[in-house]
Amino acid sequence: MILRYTLKERIVHWVAGFVYVYLLLTGLAFYTPKLYWLAVALGGGTTSREWHPWAGLVFVAATVFMYRMWAADMRITDADREWSRAIGRYVRNEDAHLPPVGRYNAGQKYFFWLMFLGGALLLISGVAMWFTASIPWSLRWLRHAAVLVHVSAGLATIGGFIIHVYMGTAVVRGGFTSIVRGEVSEEWARTHHRMWKR
Amino acid sequence: MAGNTLELKRISASAAPPPGIRETPVLAKYIDTTTCIGCKACEVACQQWNDLPPETTVQIGTYQTMPDMTANFWNLIRFSEYEDEGGFHWFMRKDQCMHCGDPGCLKACPAPGAIVQYVNGIVDFQQDQCIGCGYCMAGCPFNIPKLSSKTKTVYKCTLCVDRVAVGLEPACIKACPTGCLQFGTKAQLLEIAAKRVGQLREGGFKEAGIYDPPGVGGTSVVTVLAHADRPEIYGLPANPSIPLAVSFWKAPLKWLGNIAMIGGIVGTAIHYLRYGAKHAEGHTEGPAERPPESRAS
Repeated sequence: MILRYTLKERIVHWVAGFVYVYLLLTGLAFYTPKLYWLAVALGGGTTSREWHPWAGLVFVAATVFMYRMWAADMRITDADREWSRAIGRYVRNEDAHLPPVGRYNAGQKYFFWLMFLGGALLLISGVAMWFTASIPWSLRWLRHAAVLVHVSAGLATIGGFIIHVYMGTAVVRGGFTSIVRGEVSEEWARTHHRMWKR
Repeated sequence: MAGNTLELKRISASAAPPPGIRETPVLAKYIDTTTCIGCKACEVACQQWNDLPPETTVQIGTYQTMPDMTANFWNLIRFSEYEDEGGFHWFMRKDQCMHCGDPGCLKACPAPGAIVQYVNGIVDFQQDQCIGCGYCMAGCPFNIPKLSSKTKTVYKCTLCVDRVAVGLEPACIKACPTGCLQFGTKAQLLEIAAKRVGQLREGGFKEAGIYDPPGVGGTSVVTVLAHADRPEIYGLPANPSIPLAVSFWKAPLKWLGNIAMIGGIVGTAIHYLRYGAKHAEGHTEGPAERPPESRAS
């Protein structure tokens, strides 16, 4: 077996993961009245409203850790651009015809940057929404922009999140175990990340 | 907060249709800024009737009680000094919730039932349902809702819905000594306003007019302005409407988001049915390789 994720990496990932799911559920409750029951189930509208921003700060902290741990691995290279052009093959599970990838493939890298940038936008707009009452009326465009940026960035991360969970659990078998127990088989590493341990 | 279920016209964040079946005329407040003497009796009456804790006044260089309304102070006479070729003007305008026909606060609100609109046009906050998110403060084009730091919920003028419900006029109107404030059906008040505008025009105020902005579906506050061509000099927005960010989010963006989220889930499911999992080399998993005995029992 090969160590793919250290204990620290796994802890940070799962802090971000669980907090993101909480943010997702409470956020969806405020997004549409049809899902407001999510807020009720999670302790009521006021509790959800109260905790959502604090959970957001935890997510941001975890994202900062992930940036420090993984940003170097996440640099988009020419090989990634080549891989991206052939992404149809990856989608059709014709992996043998794809350029070999390192620790992360281009899809994972783009997901990382999507969450990083989305997180930054959510943080900025979220803080503005947290303290809406303190934004002077003359700067009301900030209140308006914050609402729009927060929902747009949230939706973008949800798109990434759906694909991330699907790929990590259903499609790339062994991926989920690797982020829980940290280890992958040599065959797994050779198949999915040929250039990683060379 | 009080009122009648049969008169609920709009309910915030509610998927169910509002239960208002009763048909009543739209009520309104009439505010004639040209006969207001700035006595602030309406401010006091509002505080007294609603039994609101006193607010400390703030000197801002005019007769105005404080710079802006607060969670405890819902009715503010705005004083403004203005100079143009016609000379020096001193404007007084009673400011409070405009009770929009199409309320931006209600549209932006994510908490079911926290903001309601009655058939008679009154827009009212239900603080027991409010979650204090502040979306209404982004949705309101008039800067009215105020968040209480004490209760973490939002307050504003109720148009004395509790008095109106039992056939009384709002407290501010009751207290007005000049008749510049009146209460009645909006249709009546528009007639009175039109008459007053006629008088003002005869008297030389060629630009006199009624402020009842169509961008927010009209308001249940009918305001007479001597300079209706420049409402900004009274501190009123010229063409108020629900902020584009809110209306864009609540309609096209929401639909786009819903389609994308459902599409994402359905898309991944179809992908799995069509292409399935990626297996590592030499990997043995799946029903085909599983020994028959493991399936038994």
